[in-house]
This record gives sequence, C-alpha cells and structure tokens, in this order.
Amino acid sequence: MAVRETVETVDEVGKYKYGFFTDIESEKAPKGLNEDTIRFISAKKDEPEWMLEWRLEAYRRWLTMQEPSWAKVNYPEIDFQDAYYYSAPKSDEDRPKSLDEVDPKLLETYEKLGIPLSEQKMLAGVAVDAVFDSVSVATTFKGKLKEAGVIFCPMSEAIRDYPDLVRKYLGSVVPVSDNFYATLNSAVFSDGSFVYIPKGVRCPMELSTYFRINEAQTGQFERTLIVADEGSYVSYLEGCTAPMRDENQVHAAVVELVALEGAEIKYSTVQNWYPGDENGKGGIYNFVTKRGDCRGADSKISWTQVETGSAVTWKYPSCILRGDNSVGEFYSIAISNNYQQVDSGTKMIHLGKNTSSRIISKGISAGKSSNTYRGLVSVHKKAEDARNFTQCDSLLVGDKCSAHTVPYIESKNPSAVLEHEATTSKISEDQLFYCMQRGLGEEEAVALLVNGFCRDVLQQLPMEFAVEAQKLVGISLEGSVG
Amino acid sequence: MLEIKDLHVKVDGKEILKGITLSVGTGEVHAIMGPNGSGKSTLSYVLSGREGYEITKGEILYKGKDLRAMEIEERAAAGVFLAFQYPIEIPGVTTMTFLKTALNAQRKARGEEELDAVKFLRLVREKAGPLNVSEDMLKRPLNVGFSGGEKKRAEILQMALLEPSLAVLDETDSGLDIDALKVVSDGVNALRSPDRSMIVITHYQRLLNHIVPDKVHVLSAGRIVRTGGKELAHELEETGYADIVEA
Ligand SMILES: Nc1ncnc2c1ncn2[C@@H]1O[C@H](COP(=O)(O)OP(=O)(O)OP(=O)(O)O)[C@@H](O)[C@H]1O
Ligand SMILES: [Mg+2]
Repeated sequence: MAVRETVETVDEVGKYKYGFFTDIESEKAPKGLNEDTIRFISAKKDEPEWMLEWRLEAYRRWLTMQEPSWAKVNYPEIDFQDAYYYSAPKSDEDRPKSLDEVDPKLLETYEKLGIPLSEQKMLAGVAVDAVFDSVSVATTFKGKLKEAGVIFCPMSEAIRDYPDLVRKYLGSVVPVSDNFYATLNSAVFSDGSFVYIPKGVRCPMELSTYFRINEAQTGQFERTLIVADEGSYVSYLEGCTAPMRDENQVHAAVVELVALEGAEIKYSTVQNWYPGDENGKGGIYNFVTKRGDCRGADSKISWTQVETGSAVTWKYPSCILRGDNSVGEFYSIAISNNYQQVDSGTKMIHLGKNTSSRIISKGISAGKSSNTYRGLVSVHKKAEDARNFTQCDSLLVGDKCSAHTVPYIESKNPSAVLEHEATTSKISEDQLFYCMQRGLGEEEAVALLVNGFCRDVLQQLPMEFAVEAQKLVGISLEGSVG
Repeated sequence: MLEIKDLHVKVDGKEILKGITLSVGTGEVHAIMGPNGSGKSTLSYVLSGREGYEITKGEILYKGKDLRAMEIEERAAAGVFLAFQYPIEIPGVTTMTFLKTALNAQRKARGEEELDAVKFLRLVREKAGPLNVSEDMLKRPLNVGFSGGEKKRAEILQMALLEPSLAVLDETDSGLDIDALKVVSDGVNALRSPDRSMIVITHYQRLLNHIVPDKVHVLSAGRIVRTGGKELAHELEETGYADIVEA
C-alpha cells in the first residue's frame, strides 16, 4: 500500500512541480539526455521520489565530469546527446515469430556453442507463448529461492518492494560520483538485478541458469546490486556465451557487491557483445564499473570473467578488502580479435588486517587487436600482513596484435608480501604443427592451445558454463589464423 | 603404401634431401639410420606436410595418392602419423583432452561418429595400460614436465589410439631406459599388422633387436646410400657409418 502511494506522488510531482509531461505512453524517451529524460525513465518505472532524486543528483554531477582518457583504447568521440536513454522492451509484434526469421549466422553460432533450441529462441528474442519450457523452469527456481529467503528480482522491482535494502546499499560501493560512466549509469540506469542473501543462507543454486533464461534482454545501462548478509554464500553468473547484439553502441553497466562478515560472493561473467566486423566497423563500447566490498571480516569476493565481445572494453572489477582476513580474487580471460580493443584488469584495495588477494589474468590478442591488462594492488597503512599474488599472462596469435601489461603497486605497509609474475608468449609453430599432425585443423588447434593457456581461469567457472566458455574461446578466435 | 621418387627438399633455401627414392610396402617395417644431420627428421616432416619444407623435385605417393596435395590434418586423418623426436609441450591441455580432441577430429574428418566421454575413457584405459601410462599422466598437461621416457611413451599411446596406416617413429628409442625400451617396443610390435606400415628412425641397432625391420636404409647427406636387410644394422653397429658414407 505504501509503495503504491509513493508512486502516485511521483506522478503528481512530475506533472506539476517540474512541468514535466512527456508522453508517458511512448515507447522511447526522446533522443538526448536532460533532466526530463531522467524524469521520464523514473516515471516509466514508477519509482519513488528518493530514487528520482538520486538519479537527478547523479545527472547533475555527471554534467561536471570529463570522460576519462587514460585507458589504452581509441574510439571516435561519443555524442551523448545523440542517443536514446530509454526504450521499452520490444513488444511481441516486433519480435521474430520463429527461429526462421533470425539471422542464420547467429543461429550457426548458437549451434556451435551447443545451446539448446528452447534457449536459442529465448536468446534470439523470439516471441514465445506461456507454454514455453523456461517459464515453468523459472517458476520452480523462484519457489526454491523463496523457501531459502533469497531475494532475486529486477532492480526496478527491488526499488519498489525493498526500498530499505536498496537505499542502504545502492551506491555504497560505487558512489554516485565514482567515475564518468558510473555516474551516467546512476542517472539513467535501465534495469538490472537485485540479490539479497539473508544471514547464514547458502543460496540453493547458482543464480546463473535462472538468470540466463530470464534476463537475456539486458539493457544498455544495467545496474546490479548483490548483498550477501553475514555468513551467506552466493554464486552469480552474468551474461552468456551467445553473441549479443544491441542497437545501442554505448554500454555502461554498474555492478556492486557487498559481502558482510563471513559471507562469500562468487561473480562470474561471460561477455560476448557484438565486437564489430572484421574491419572494425560497428561493435559495442563497453564501459563497466564493477566493484565488490568485503565489508565484514572473513568475507570473500571472487570475480571471474571471460571477455570476448565488444569493440571497446573498459572494465576493472575490483575488491575493497575492508574486513580483516577478507579475500579478493580476480580471474580473467580477455580475448581480442580483429580490431577489438580491451583495457581491463582489477584493483585490489587492502584496508583490513591479514587480507589477501589473488589475480590471474590471461590476455589473448589476435588479428590487429590491442589487449591491455591494467591492475592496481594497493596496501594501506593499517593493512597489516596483506598478501597479493598476481600472474598476468599474455598470448599473441599472429604478429599484428599487441599485448600490454600495466601493473601498479602501492604499498604503505612494510609487512605486505606482494608477488607479481608476468609472461608474454606466442602460439608456436611447433605447437600448431604438432596438433595438426594429430588431425586438428588450424583453427581447432589454436582453440585448443588457447583453452590450455586459459585453463587456470576456466576452472573457476561454474561447470556447465566452463564447457560453453571453452567453445566460445574457439569461436572468438575464428579467422585469426591462416 | 608409400612410394617416394627422387625427392628433393629445400629448407630455408638449403637443399637437405637430395634425391630420395624409397618404397615401403603395406605391412612392412623399414628402419632408417644415418649420422646426425643427414636429413632423417626432415624426411619425416616432409611426409607429414610441415610448412617450410619445399619440395623442389620428385613425388610422394601415399596409398596411390599424391601426398603433396593434402593438408597436414588431412594426411593425419588419412592415417599418416609421426612420433616426434622431440615431442612438443602443450601447456594447460591434459593428455586425456588432447587425445580425445585428436581422435575425434580424425574420426570427424573421416565421416565417422565421434566418441563420447565414456567410450573414449574405456578406449584410452585399454591402450594406456600396456604402455605403463598412468592415470596421473593422463591428467597432466601433455608433455609438460614429462620425463624423456614419458614423452616417448605418450607418443606411442597416441599412435595406439589413432591407429595410423603409416607411422613414422623418429628416434622413439632415444632417452629410454632398458625397461622402457622394452615397453615401447612391445607397444610398437603390438601395432604391427599386415595393413600398417612403419618407418623407424634410429641410431641404435638395439631397438631393431626388439622391432625387427624388413629393410634397413642408411641416409647420409640427404641421400640413401645403402639399403639392406636387418643384418645391415648389425654391420653398422660394428663399423660405424664412416665406411659406408665414404664408399
Ligand atoms: N630450418 C632449417 N634451416 C636450415 N637448415 C636446417 C633447418 N632445419 C634443418 N636443417 C638442417 O637440415 C639437416 C638435416 O636435419 P635433420 O633434423 O633432418 O637431421 P637428422 O638426420 O634428423 O639428425 P639427427 O640424427 O641429429 O636427429 C641438418 O643439417 C639441419 O641443420
Ligand atoms: Mg632427427
């Protein structure tokens, strides 16, 4: 009841106080970004006033900020006024009616990845009726989660139904003013997921399968918040191996993780946004802010990512090791082919005593791509006995690509033990010949060798996904040899 | 099975093989001996189609077909197998995974059904046992940190699994202790069959006591300078290459 009232108030406020009355029935906000756009988004989502205020504050901040330029990526200047910031999900009439209407190339890739037919439909956005398998599957999942007391819902729903939790934690890891893209996201975020695991609860399943079936239509400005209360555990998988296309070129997601005392969050990502064609035309610009806060003692956050898509990737999933004895991990595979540019890595900020972090990064560059690992390990004064182990391995496929490793280390506590190892290698002709002598085609050989190179990271992925991710590695490198 | 006629091969612009003629009948085992640098490994690479080995003259017929027209992996699927003198390390890829990928790639190329995990596992265990290849080795990345002898056993395991028609074993005996030599030779002998031919490259007559060849060739400076029966190997063991090469 209370929720409903708030919503109505907002509508009223929208109409009178700001003289704002863009056609709320329309499917798209007009092009461009101004306070009206933000009010439109907020009203569309029936948001309470505090949320609108939060967005507006972010927007006003954003106006004063500069797009960062320190990353090793090049792209034409983005005109933020020449973009749409809200469009309703496609109606069934606009969707393909069956797989016959879907780009055959896309289907071919689904096939190679071994994605079941029912999921292919889902991923390709085919309009499906209620009898569709996944609906009942999803319902089963929902029941199980509810039993355990786990909250898992779209962010927009959480804002309405769990305002106290959202207000307490949203922006508490990535502050509104954090960086240009995160601030933009705070102003205009479309939707995303909210997860809350209650005290002592071990989430009864990977929040991956469910997610895959339900959230295939991710937005341009996704916002995700995961809170693991004391002593709880959750494993969450975002994205999917299937190639994702989107009309919107600029993507700026924000993910915040909060692990309270003794809690553990395992967050895995497979990112396969459209990377542009083999000449570097088109493709998504992906500017992501992901950060986890090990807020309580003995907590643990572990990021695993497989990045194969996007024309430009700017992404540094990080851990703030605030609680004593907390642990942060970052396992990454970043593959770039053709003209893709990846600048990715992590930050491990050691604040608490006896905190430890581990970074394993595997960068693979092929074609004419550029692949940069950028990492920061920072040990603060009070972080007694902090430990970090970093291993950055780069693999070059061909001789027109490049790999860069930029590790920053700051230690203000002499008790810190920081180890860093880095290697750069090429796929050798010997290895290729050996594999091919045994019957593998050249591309198959490259895929096998690259998968071998990535093994330490692939092993961190949830089982079912590891298999698909391995295939994805091969597919991403198609056309990189010969 | 294999007909090589007047084969000339250049590597990096330098002629290494200078007119080799060799005929290996179906089911035959031929040994090739000869001093270091005479071109033995080069011949094995040419047969398997390695890049950088330019055939300037001559021809190679395998089962009546021109080998030169076939890609490396096509030759493999058609039954050409090379046990490497120096097996290559494949980091991160377990022996098991490698074997499965290779076998299924070949089966697929031949239009045969790929083996599922269960059938494959059964097959590998059956082949690995006699070669003393342990479960532990199968789970380790192929050739990485393998001892010299382990590497050679892994090569023979691959041969046993892939069941080639023409196997070239390049110094498979080097680096083996006496027991391992026995295991490997028994493995190879078990694979001898009326429809499988082998070319065994070695420096030591010792191996040929175990794997008794039908013919022995001596390769020197890119040419076959002598061919004989198994007794030729004994002769070489006693006199060395000097006499033959100079003759
Ligand atoms: N890439 C290359 N460039 C130039 N010369 C080469 C190249 N590869 C091989 N050779 C030369 O070709 C000759 C034959 O080499 P090969 O490896 O075939 O000898 P081998 O008979 O197998 O010797 P070993 O008994 O030592 O194994 C050697 O002189 C070697 O140096
Ligand atoms: Mg040799």
